[in-house]
Amino acid sequence: MPAINAFNAGNVSKAAREPGHNQASKVFDLAEMSLRELNQALHNLTTGSNETAWEVLHPRGSHSVAVGVDQPVAIDVRGSVGYYCGGMNDGSTITVHGSAGPGVGENMMSGQIVVKGDASQYAGATGRGGLLVIEGNASSRCGISMKGIDIVVHGNIGHMSAFMAQSGNLVVLGDAGDALGDSIYEARLFVRGKVESLGADCIAKEMRPEHLELLQRLLDRAGVTGVKAAEFKRYGAARTLYNFNIDNADAY
Amino acid sequence: MTYRNPPTTPRKSATFDDYTLSEIRRAAATGIYDIRGAGAKRKLPHFDDLLFLGASISRYPLEGYRERCDTSVVLGSRHAKKPIELKIPITIAGMSFGSLSGPAKEALGRGATLSGTSTTTGDGGMTEEERGHSKTLVYQYLPSRYGMNPRDLRRADAIEVVVGQGAKPGGGGMLLGQKISDRVAEMRTLPKGIDQRSASRHPDWTGPDDLEIKILELREITDWEKPIYVKVGGARPYYDTALAVKAGADVVVVDGMQGGTAATQEVFIENVGQPTLACIRPAVQALQDLGMHRKVQLIVSGGIRNGADVAKALALGVDAVSIGTAALVALGDNDPRWEAEYNELGTTAGAYDDWHEGRDPAGITTQDPELMKRVDPIAAGRRLANYLKVMTLEAQTIARACGKNSLHNLEPEDLVALTIEAAAMAGVPLAGTNWIPGKNGF
Repeated sequence: MPAINAFNAGNVSKAAREPGHNQASKVFDLAEMSLRELNQALHNLTTGSNETAWEVLHPRGSHSVAVGVDQPVAIDVRGSVGYYCGGMNDGSTITVHGSAGPGVGENMMSGQIVVKGDASQYAGATGRGGLLVIEGNASSRCGISMKGIDIVVHGNIGHMSAFMAQSGNLVVLGDAGDALGDSIYEARLFVRGKVESLGADCIAKEMRPEHLELLQRLLDRAGVTGVKAAEFKRYGAARTLYNFNIDNADAY
Repeated sequence: MTYRNPPTTPRKSATFDDYTLSEIRRAAATGIYDIRGAGAKRKLPHFDDLLFLGASISRYPLEGYRERCDTSVVLGSRHAKKPIELKIPITIAGMSFGSLSGPAKEALGRGATLSGTSTTTGDGGMTEEERGHSKTLVYQYLPSRYGMNPRDLRRADAIEVVVGQGAKPGGGGMLLGQKISDRVAEMRTLPKGIDQRSASRHPDWTGPDDLEIKILELREITDWEKPIYVKVGGARPYYDTALAVKAGADVVVVDGMQGGTAATQEVFIENVGQPTLACIRPAVQALQDLGMHRKVQLIVSGGIRNGADVAKALALGVDAVSIGTAALVALGDNDPRWEAEYNELGTTAGAYDDWHEGRDPAGITTQDPELMKRVDPIAAGRRLANYLKVMTLEAQTIARACGKNSLHNLEPEDLVALTIEAAAMAGVPLAGTNWIPGKNGF
């Protein structure tokens, strides 16, 4: 796996970026407090709040950790999470120091989510903006129905990824499983490794200079080093299914 | 002199009737299945097959217009911090911006607000027209997630997780290129003019256990304020209702096969799902078996047309009904005043169902800027409000005659069925007998 830069958390305090318990972060221990209290505290944040660094301890696979956050705060989750971590995130920077269950960053609007471990199914499903980085592997249906989000997976992704993907970019440093980009619309897929098979209406496409530039920017934003944009292949819609044609019926 | 045999009258087949023959010819000519809007058009057991008994020596009536007959209903009291309170138990079903024009959505909002009830978004996100003009707005959470965002989720009054709809349980949405205007395309993050096929399954959950986790997420995002509805098509109403309750729903919406759609395959509309009448008792039974009847509210839709239908649904144990097709008719859909234009489209007022083509003469199921001008949102909203008022008064008339001071006090014992089928489905006796098919071993 390629080397990773310490990820850039923007205007977040240095303390928030340092691993382990520290005084500068607001600490929420899910072994002692409820999920409801955590999410309510995050939703109570207002623009300009000084509480910009949060740390969540003992998530122990909890679902819906840090969902619906709409302030530019940094949230470090020390452990693995269940379903929908960072769901509908709008501006916060969430780092999961562990693995994530299904639907991490689903419908993200903006901001950034980094999963240090692996991600289960539907990572970044229907995401509209922001950046989702999976430093391990992502399971099936990664980027399903994505609508503008950028997803960078350092490892491999499973089958049916980018199904009906409408917009945004999916970057995979490893391999992709079966039926990549089935029924894809206008999303762009960049895969460095092998693609098991392409789904209906998804084809390999020419990598033009603007794509190389876009991909390089994404790799930089995701803290990927030692990997060149030129090592990837681009995939996208053949656009043959955009308007119904009876001769394409087998593909539907 | 020659004898001629008397000719027989030409006889058309009941099996191969005119419609069937025309459909075979159409399929042979085009090679594509027929797509249309609306719900099942075939004859089905329905509320018309039920009658109220009214008052008698053992049941005394309330005075019409004088004695109170409550129509209000609270939805979402199970878990939501802010349940919805409606003045009437008739809501407006989900219909998308995209399938409907902006003025039509605004008219629905105006009419519902005048009547003290709610409207529902649809598979196209929340528009300002509808949010602005609907005092109470239910925001649908659909497989496509078009336009879904946390801001709209929080400014909704309730959230409806749509698993299916009666016209097409197991089918996704469909919006053909003609209706994908710039604005519709932008709201759906899709290129203009393409045929848009919505997913039939949610992208990030499958099955009842996942649904429970999904509902938790939606509650957490909205701080447990909003009632969460789960809408299912009339497929397996007993189990779907039970599983929705188990997953944490505040309200279950069951949509029978007469419930409309903006567009799907004719074969789907007419052959998949169960009639509304067949869905109600199993759904109510599921709630009763779980001890959740009246705690989790049940909304039923699909072919509700008048106050008698409302009263019958409520008598069978439903908390509220929802109307879609009827609301569009109140706005002006299929109005005979446009007959010449319907004829040009190869149809007639009352039969027009090619809503997906976007050429609606009434300006309702279209994105054509000229056609949609035909809908005056204020006047159309007023018509919807009038219609809702009539339905409510009709339901109250029946309830008072049955001696009930609230529509929700109507009960199955107030009903009989005209047919054995309806008696079996509704679980009420066949008129003139004490026979309920399927009960007591018969």
